[in-house]
Amino acid sequence: MPKLKTLWRKLTGYSLFFPLTCLAIVLIINLIKTPTFFHISINNGVLYGFIIDILNRSSELIILAVGMTLVVAGSGGTDISVGAVSAVAGAVTIFSLVGSMSSDIYRIPYGLAILLGLLGGMACGAFNGFLVAKLRIQPMVATLILFTAGRGIAQVITQGFILYVRKEQFKYLGNFIPGIPVPTPIFVAILVVAVTLLVLKKTALGLYIQTVGINAKSARLVGLNATLIIFLVYTFSGLCAGIAGMIITSRVYSIDANNAGLNMELDAILAVAIGGNSLGGGKFSLAGSIIGAITIQALTTSLYAMKVTADQLPVYKAIVVIFIVMLQSAELKRMLHSMLNKHSIRKAGRKVA
Amino acid sequence: MIRKLRDQLGANNFLLLITIVLFIAMYIAGIIVYRENNFGRFQVFLNLFISNAGLIVAAVGMTMVLITGGIDISVGSMVAMTCMLLAWMMENKKIGAIPAIIIVLLIGVIFGLVQGLLIAYLKIQPFIVTLAGMFFARGMTAVISTDIISIKNETFLKVANAKIYLPFGGYVNKKGVMIYPYIYPSVIIGIIVLIIIFYILKFTKFGRSIYAVGGNEQSALLMGLNVKRTKLKVYVLNGFLAALAGFVFCLNTSGGFVEQAKGFEMEAIAAAVIGGTLLTGGIGNVLGSLFGVLIKGTIETFITFQGTLSSWWTKIVIAALLCFFIILQSILASTKHKRLKST
Repeated sequence: MPKLKTLWRKLTGYSLFFPLTCLAIVLIINLIKTPTFFHISINNGVLYGFIIDILNRSSELIILAVGMTLVVAGSGGTDISVGAVSAVAGAVTIFSLVGSMSSDIYRIPYGLAILLGLLGGMACGAFNGFLVAKLRIQPMVATLILFTAGRGIAQVITQGFILYVRKEQFKYLGNFIPGIPVPTPIFVAILVVAVTLLVLKKTALGLYIQTVGINAKSARLVGLNATLIIFLVYTFSGLCAGIAGMIITSRVYSIDANNAGLNMELDAILAVAIGGNSLGGGKFSLAGSIIGAITIQALTTSLYAMKVTADQLPVYKAIVVIFIVMLQSAELKRMLHSMLNKHSIRKAGRKVA
Repeated sequence: MIRKLRDQLGANNFLLLITIVLFIAMYIAGIIVYRENNFGRFQVFLNLFISNAGLIVAAVGMTMVLITGGIDISVGSMVAMTCMLLAWMMENKKIGAIPAIIIVLLIGVIFGLVQGLLIAYLKIQPFIVTLAGMFFARGMTAVISTDIISIKNETFLKVANAKIYLPFGGYVNKKGVMIYPYIYPSVIIGIIVLIIIFYILKFTKFGRSIYAVGGNEQSALLMGLNVKRTKLKVYVLNGFLAALAGFVFCLNTSGGFVEQAKGFEMEAIAAAVIGGTLLTGGIGNVLGSLFGVLIKGTIETFITFQGTLSSWWTKIVIAALLCFFIILQSILASTKHKRLKST
């Protein structure tokens, strides 16, 4: 028995235990509800199946969650502008490609347009970073500015139209490259995660971000440039939002400034929280956030599979979210623990009597 | 001179003063620019209150939550759910207006209670809890109905459209008849809520403990305040106010649909921030939030009077203004900080 207990304690002590459990629960429920859930088939040379769909659809969220994790870790705040920033980045790219009319002719090379879009995202991120790092504005308020203005800016760029790019090549990034059976967004997500991990692990940057997040003042005292690190973290988040924006616009080969990346910021923050990261900053787990992002998408996809309409989806999502965060709540664990203890004490007392 | 003024008033009131001065300056500018469109009429000013009555109620509740150091992003969805519930109960279930209103207000209280329990007693981050609340309420709106339901209940419409004429501030029209300005009952509800919460925050023990909890939770605890209960009460009260804001909002729109009041919570937060409330807690004033709402309303009025500007410019201008205020706040806060250091 005690061995089992220590094993249990070891398991639950593992930081990814709860995020993984949540994902497993969602997947198992799916398996029971839809037996064909894990079925993967090849149609027209591309992979099909729920799992592929979940991974494909969660790509943008994973990318946003990576940026969000660092923002949360480094500044103890959230970047609520990422959804709007993806719309801005998408608008910049498509506008520079086709101008203010839907068309199938590129005005400038595709690569350059992508670069411009990413730069747009980074500029937004840098603006946020400047406000948070240099002017010491609370992250949520600072990013509220672009949250409010971002879609307006995107509208100004597209002049209020929904712009289409009617060219096959433009769809590759968000769908499939001919001849490759795996959706392209998955590759992009893996690339972003790999590069981020490489930079964080190979340099001391990951450690620096944690240090700044735990205590910016003492980080400065030990010689870290806290301002620069926070600024970089927000710029990176803007870049991630830009990359996500590229995928979003490529999926539907158009930019709709009102709806591109709508509510993505909320899902990204949720992914970070479900991944077991404290929104108060400091220690972080990128893997947790990625698992969180996949969990959210798995939930969404499986609810769609259970014929829940898009409008009603949030109800179930809310219930699951509350359930998950309650599972992770240290306070609840303590309460339950003290309740159990009281019970056992009473039991012991009765035995003595 | 500015520094002297700030020292006398304290940073809190100084920010409020800036907000008020800016509002007046903007309004005077509007009167001058749009003098041919009768911008100067008292009715135009009252329209700010009429079209933003719901936002005033929501912003007042939000300010209270922000002062505790928390946040509530479920307000917009709550407003949508309240409108939809009211419309659905009155039109599809033929429930009378008054029971329907009581039911939605009760639901608001319960909603606030659940959120408050999770935040105060289980110590889950307010952002996440109210995010879930936001999803839940928006989803429930769709579960109730995905149609656009417009309210035809007579009692409700009578209250919604009851013009209350003011005995002053009128103008003489072309026919030589004196036209008096009017307001709707929704405005009165908004003002009453504002006064009550202002009183609570300023003069009651509960109100002072809200500031204490937001200023420093540890010290508040050591002072013997019941931090958890204070927070719970604030969220319950805010849930009630969110439902009331929904009712007031519904008086204006007389209907419910799923996408209603999207981004309403951010408008409320923006109004509070413009009014000088800090998201870190401990500092804030409901009067400032009122002016925050009025400033947002004035910008919108400018844009309607202008006629050629598209609605997305409203958002950009509001954001620019928000940016201005936030930077101003940060500069004020940092000079205060430096002064503290030097002494």
